[in-house]
Amino acid sequence: MSVQVNERDGQLQTEPTRDRELLVRLRGVRKLFPITRGILFQKRVGSVHAVDGVDLDIYKGETLGLVGETGCGKSTLARVLMRLYDASEGSIEFEGRDVTGIGGRELRALRRDMQMIFQDPYASLNPRKTVGSIIGTPFRLHRTVPRNKIKSEVQQLMELVGLNPEHYNRYPHEFSGGQRQRIGVARALALRPKLILCDEPVSALDVSIQAQVLNLLEDLQEEFNLTYLFIAHDLSVVKHVSDRVAVMYLGKIVEMAVGSTLYLNPKHPYSGALLSAVPIADPDLAAARKRIILEGDVPSPIDPPSGCRFHPRCPNAQFPKCSEEEPELLPHHPGQVAACHFPLEDRAIIETPAKG
Amino acid sequence: MTVPLLEVRDLKVRFPTEDGVVKAVDGVSFSIEPGETLGVVGESGSGKSVSFLTIMGLTRSRTAIIEGEVLFKGEDLLRMTNDDIQEVRGSQISMIFQDPMTSLHPFYRVGVQISESIRTHQKVSKQEGMEQAVEMLHRVGIPRPEERARQYPHEFSGGMRQRAMIAMALSLNPDLLIADEPTTALDVTVQAQILDLLARLKQEFNASIVIITHDLGVVAEHCDQIQVMYAGKIVESGNRHDVYYDSHHPYTWGLLSSIPRMDEGAVGERLKPIKGLPPSLIFLPPGCAFHPRCPHRFDRCEREVPALIPSDGHHASACHLSLADKERIFKEQVMARS
Amino acid sequence: MGRYLIRRTLFLILVLFIVSIITFIVFVKMPAQDPAIRAAGRSPTPELIATIRAKFGLDQPIYVQFSRFARGLVPWPGIFLDEDVYFSYTNHVAVKEEIYSRVPVTATLALGAAVAWLAIGLPIGIVSAIKPRSLFDRAGMVFALIGVSAPVFWLGLLALYVFWFKLQWLPGSGIPPDENMVQAVMAGRFILPWFVLALSFAAFYSRMVRGNLIETMSEDYIRTARAKGISENRVIFKHGLRAALTPVVTMLGLDIGILLGGAVITETVFNLPGLGQYAVRSLLNSDFPAIMGVTIFAALFICVANLFVDVAYAFLDPRVRYT
Repeated sequence: MSVQVNERDGQLQTEPTRDRELLVRLRGVRKLFPITRGILFQKRVGSVHAVDGVDLDIYKGETLGLVGETGCGKSTLARVLMRLYDASEGSIEFEGRDVTGIGGRELRALRRDMQMIFQDPYASLNPRKTVGSIIGTPFRLHRTVPRNKIKSEVQQLMELVGLNPEHYNRYPHEFSGGQRQRIGVARALALRPKLILCDEPVSALDVSIQAQVLNLLEDLQEEFNLTYLFIAHDLSVVKHVSDRVAVMYLGKIVEMAVGSTLYLNPKHPYSGALLSAVPIADPDLAAARKRIILEGDVPSPIDPPSGCRFHPRCPNAQFPKCSEEEPELLPHHPGQVAACHFPLEDRAIIETPAKG
Repeated sequence: MTVPLLEVRDLKVRFPTEDGVVKAVDGVSFSIEPGETLGVVGESGSGKSVSFLTIMGLTRSRTAIIEGEVLFKGEDLLRMTNDDIQEVRGSQISMIFQDPMTSLHPFYRVGVQISESIRTHQKVSKQEGMEQAVEMLHRVGIPRPEERARQYPHEFSGGMRQRAMIAMALSLNPDLLIADEPTTALDVTVQAQILDLLARLKQEFNASIVIITHDLGVVAEHCDQIQVMYAGKIVESGNRHDVYYDSHHPYTWGLLSSIPRMDEGAVGERLKPIKGLPPSLIFLPPGCAFHPRCPHRFDRCEREVPALIPSDGHHASACHLSLADKERIFKEQVMARS
Repeated sequence: MGRYLIRRTLFLILVLFIVSIITFIVFVKMPAQDPAIRAAGRSPTPELIATIRAKFGLDQPIYVQFSRFARGLVPWPGIFLDEDVYFSYTNHVAVKEEIYSRVPVTATLALGAAVAWLAIGLPIGIVSAIKPRSLFDRAGMVFALIGVSAPVFWLGLLALYVFWFKLQWLPGSGIPPDENMVQAVMAGRFILPWFVLALSFAAFYSRMVRGNLIETMSEDYIRTARAKGISENRVIFKHGLRAALTPVVTMLGLDIGILLGGAVITETVFNLPGLGQYAVRSLLNSDFPAIMGVTIFAALFICVANLFVDVAYAFLDPRVRYT
């Protein structure tokens, strides 16, 4: 099977993205949080390199998965994209417009096009507001719907996400975790945004509820032609919903590929380690995996290692190259890029394809 | 015929509340053999944590109504005096919990906390206790343990804290270690390290382990025996092969169908979630607690509570469907996914 | 830690400086009448007023005047509350002397009361937390309500009436001038004042301890402690209280600091010659050097107490150490 591979604007294209329009374009995005010390006057002594040079394209209608562990910067990247944080460096383009530094009315207008769903359904809803008020707030703020029509719009949204519209006047604590997450989805959907950033939307939910919410997100994507940036630490969830998956480590993207390619042929040892560590609900498949066990803990982004950031924990690392030279994202299989000097062999983790 | 290490008979735990009586654990019976790893799987409200907290005598509520028997090496833990059960806790049965940050006392050094565990049960000096603590930290794979023992929990990373908790729990060489969601709060790669550590230590210390989790994946790789719990009852129990390749309960089928799969062919396919929501533990549905959400229910399910009946050896399920039906449905619906 | 201490000390100096500016503006500059006349007391002669004007530097630029007053803030013998400026012409005595002679009284009152309120409040709080919603807990709540609502002057007068006047168990108000503190304490002159002052604090502290301990006891690390097989008593005292009492220590430091500046009402009711009484008298006499002196003295105590409390907290809670 051969797939046409074109290059467009420095990013590889594959089946999922080839004929789609570009929605978001990040180039060289960095976000550094200063660390200060001092007696009276705080002097900047270092930074947390939360996001340290990310190039990313998101195409209309796709679901781009972003996966990584604590400290990789995935949540920070999402917030920078949402303009909840200002990027320290780099550019953000939305629908061709440069939105890196906009503010005021322009920024507010952007918010109609870009929304976010948060991880913790218990903390992300204001407990003092009714559900109707929470979902209706976007309408009030952006004045897209006349006041007397807000309630009916909200109730339509509630139905859309599978909530009972009669519960309009209830408070968040009267709902279960899964239902609260649906409220979050309804709120994000209210203004019919083009892009929704889902920051670990199902991590805090029970397994059977996770599936319900994931299905809901898929249905909504089809109905409203939404684009998702789906952030999670659970590789199996990300792989299921995403067209493409990007793996982040210490503020950089280390590998990006179509889900099945990533699973079959991970090239970056970190992706390999993630894949070999993900719990698989299938004893034979789990046992058939080759293990890459990493030493030590996920490092802190305060003082990233030199050269390839992964080299201190990498079982494949070879010196001096890996500790001196930072690898670039290079193509491997169709639609796959990975940043590694000594990438993994094909089928490095999974021996047998499917159960016989 | 080996005597089981732990034998639980018809354990029931109920909490009276303003809204009614919560039947957190509703008649649970099982046993654990020496050297076994038992996985207890369930979602929130299934009763998996409450069961084991009750076995340890750690249910905080003063008004809890506890019935049944819990025989540990022949003695009923539920009927022990406070002093006796405090003897057992920490030295013969240990427990580790989900969030290692909040589970360690923030104001005491890690080595001191481990040493305290030892000195509660053995007459050992502070110095010796500290030495043993350092040794335990070494055995759980923490580098530079002497330094680390003098540090506070907030100076440890998440994975290291959980290792420290494990060190503390194993310091007196218990027969049984209960791990309540030990990896849920940890990163994936750290999770794998901790689970491997538990497997290795189980061999070294010759202990039985119970892993309580909601993650069917965690259980698939590390547990010999598995129990699936729903609404305070065990709905299926068996070994790995039984539960994943030959399961006999609609709830288990539902769980397996609603998890995104890692293998190739599974991209883009729709998940089949279990309809509806878990039941209220105060107003449990009549008959089988799962029946309102079960696509295979029939009228017997609404009337009669199914008992946990073995179909062969150790494989048991609590469902009125016939064995033939169970096998058929499993093949059609669950296996067909791959 | 050292950096933290230096920063807090510099901050303390800054606060004291601001206090001096404010007291200067409020007491010296704002009132309409000439400060020299106001300071001069009942029947000032023109020579006296002139002397005072010179000492205050009223004919000189404002920063000179301010520096004369601000000097008195520096806690160095000879400079602190220097007699040139801080002299009470009403009573013909240096403010400094009055304050120094009164500090022992206030200190005895404050520290004794602190011991009393801890001895009453802590046990009530602890037991209420261990047995929430029991009869004891509810009784503790009533006690707290009374303690916090009853005004100190009412309690004081009531106590005097019952224990001195009617029962004659304890001596009445005041301390004879020839008695020192030890003798006064032995004579039981402080018992009623301690009790009265302690009551409202005890009530407040009992509720605070109760609240903190209940919250602490529901923390995960308590569950871990029990899982280790530790006896319940040890769990409560070594694990629970250790965490629950940390905020109490903070409060204690602050409360003592404030009281050392003068427990005004208690001293007045019981006629104890402490700083509080001095403050009241000075106000009534419009003796503004004295008022300034007491204000500055109290401010110094409170600032130092604050510093102590912050440092103590850093010792007690290892997570706070290097902020």
